Amino acid sequence: MSLSTTEPSSTGPDGSSATGAAGGDREPPGGQGPARARRHGDLPIHVVNGNIRMGRRLKDLWTHRELLVLLTRSQLKMKYKDSILGYVWSMLNPMLVLSIYYVIFKYISKNPTPDFAIWLFAGLLVWNLFNNAAMTATTVVVGNAGIVKKVAFPRELLAIATVGVALVLFLIQVGVLIVALAAFQHTPAYLYMTLLPFAMIDLIIFTSAVCIFLSAVNVYLRDTQHLTEVLLMAWFWSVPIVYEWSTVGPKFAKHGLTWLKYLYVMDPITPIAMTFQRAIYGNGYVLNGVHTTLLPDIGFVGYVLALTAVLVASVALFLLALVVFGRLEGNFAEEL
Amino acid sequence: MTQAAIEVDNLSKQFRLYNEKYTSLKERVVHGGRMPFVPFWALSDVNVDIREGETFGVLGRNGSGKSTLLKCIAGILKPTSGEIRVRGSLAAMLELGAGFQQELSGRDNIYLNGTLLGLSHAEIERRFDEIVAFAELEQFIDNQVKYYSSGMYVRLGFAVAVNVEPDVLLVDEVLAVGDAAFQRKCLDHVKRFQREGRTIVVVTHATDTIRQNCDRSMVMNHGRVITIDEPGEAIRAFLADLLGIGTLPGSEGGGIAGNVFSIGTVRCEHGGSGSRPHLYSGESLTVVADLESLGSVPDGMATIAIHDDKGEVVFASDPDDPACRVEVPLGGGTVRFDFPEVPLLDGTYSVSVGVRSLTDTAIFDWKDQVATFEVVNPNRTTGRVRLPLDVSFRHRATGMTGEVPVVPAIPSGDADVPRDSIW
Repeated sequence: MSLSTTEPSSTGPDGSSATGAAGGDREPPGGQGPARARRHGDLPIHVVNGNIRMGRRLKDLWTHRELLVLLTRSQLKMKYKDSILGYVWSMLNPMLVLSIYYVIFKYISKNPTPDFAIWLFAGLLVWNLFNNAAMTATTVVVGNAGIVKKVAFPRELLAIATVGVALVLFLIQVGVLIVALAAFQHTPAYLYMTLLPFAMIDLIIFTSAVCIFLSAVNVYLRDTQHLTEVLLMAWFWSVPIVYEWSTVGPKFAKHGLTWLKYLYVMDPITPIAMTFQRAIYGNGYVLNGVHTTLLPDIGFVGYVLALTAVLVASVALFLLALVVFGRLEGNFAEEL
Repeated sequence: MTQAAIEVDNLSKQFRLYNEKYTSLKERVVHGGRMPFVPFWALSDVNVDIREGETFGVLGRNGSGKSTLLKCIAGILKPTSGEIRVRGSLAAMLELGAGFQQELSGRDNIYLNGTLLGLSHAEIERRFDEIVAFAELEQFIDNQVKYYSSGMYVRLGFAVAVNVEPDVLLVDEVLAVGDAAFQRKCLDHVKRFQREGRTIVVVTHATDTIRQNCDRSMVMNHGRVITIDEPGEAIRAFLADLLGIGTLPGSEGGGIAGNVFSIGTVRCEHGGSGSRPHLYSGESLTVVADLESLGSVPDGMATIAIHDDKGEVVFASDPDDPACRVEVPLGGGTVRFDFPEVPLLDGTYSVSVGVRSLTDTAIFDWKDQVATFEVVNPNRTTGRVRLPLDVSFRHRATGMTGEVPVVPAIPSGDADVPRDSIW
């Protein structure tokens, strides 16, 4: 729980002077002058009780946005503390992962897609953000027990800060991507790039929801961190990132599993990743006069609709995560 | 009445004491998701209004719920039931440097901790040099705090905390840190907070802290409020509670030397007898002991010792003082020990009385800590005893002497900073 601010009490003070003489028969030794003047007329009243309403919770988050920036910054600093390469790792790491996938899918399983690295990169950008944040968020409350037990602040911020960290790493990787686009002389789909901010908003809200949820649950059930690792791995392969939608989507239809296709795209990460792929790589490629599409042919409006659906779902999940967090955080100080 | 800065209404907080804690999934499943626990009420039905601008003490022994109360007010713990209303901004100093990240530099930690305590980035920037200077860490501010000594660590913690300037400051007994010079600085800050009309709630079991600084004080035990009163009365109630008056162990059985002699009841009479249970510092005290004797003891030496609440001897009579010689005839009588003046300060003291042989080492009887008396100090002096004090001043140029007030005119000149408290 946290402190919440309400409007100044309607039964507010009369603004009169006599004050702090509160219990004033005993001045501190040497106290100069008798009056401890009341410093403010109307002060906001904080109420601490069992349940904090959602409105206050969101307002608290907003008033603590400076803290969010600082928590993000300190988590970033700690992530690369004492390492020689420091921030270089945030580029190096995904680059290495990217090259492994590239070698395997391009040369071992002979994927014919040209500029396959760009395709991979587009999807991995999305996944890396989600994955980085979710992995660190799971242990963030437990790892910051010192603060959680001794300082009052909206603890959700710890989880949201992990998203902030992941976002910074994401931006560094975007820099690498731009270099890669130039190197491969690959032209992105400029129209669809206008959808990227929208997709980012979806991604941030959805990731925050997952992070908030995981960080709170792990306090009570420490298995969560191990379970998360496995589930994230499975989740990764269920999103068309290292393979193309076109290699799975039609197969569902062929086996009469159209419902599975819908289930597949109901994973909020999938439409977001696809938007990135659509914008950065394009809808498909032409090789030897044959046109191959890699993504579902739903057009610009289709993407907008998909992202809107994801937004609605993400906001709902975010609020739900806050409710769960709020119910669990009451006993954080005892459980840690 | 002044407006309340903090209103605590029917506050209760339950902790669950788990005999075995199942935090893994397997154990949860095996036990059907339920964990056996014993409910423990750390706070039950606490009601208190803390007025704006007052310095309010919360006294209680370990486990009395005082820190839980502070954590609930601070918003760190969620109350099980009840409500707390706090007027104005609030900052809690529960542990100095609690929010510090070991791996970050002192500089980064000032920003992080300051923001956690509610300072804005701009404010921290403005006060940064002041904070560093206060903590006396100019040289080390860019080192990671994990390399700091514990003294540097808490100095930095305090330096950040006192710069927060909240309307309501909650302080747990964290402040007896640093060397004497640093304690002086901390004390100045607290005094300034008081002068500025901020509300301070301090949780401690140091009665000196309460006496010197608080306007009112609350005593807690087992999560309940025992009393809310002026510091002097509250301290008395606290000490009474701490000692559990009347439960002092008295030695049973007869005399040590052959059962011929025994000390019966031992009573304390003092200047306040009849009107109040305690005596004030400086009043007289008489200890009266009934003696029973089956024979005559011509060469008895009466001895008396006074112990403090920890059982340490604060006074023991001279074993060879001829004034203590008593002749006890067959049948016994009473022996009186008269102290014309008791210069002891606050506390509950116990009395041991014995009679031994003058000629040999035989002890006729010895009653260890059989009676108690309480001393309440009506003044602001602190410590264990009140020593007679005269202060005079000689002007350097004129050689004139004159009286100076014992209480210094400038608060920072604290002549009465106690040795082990920064308050």
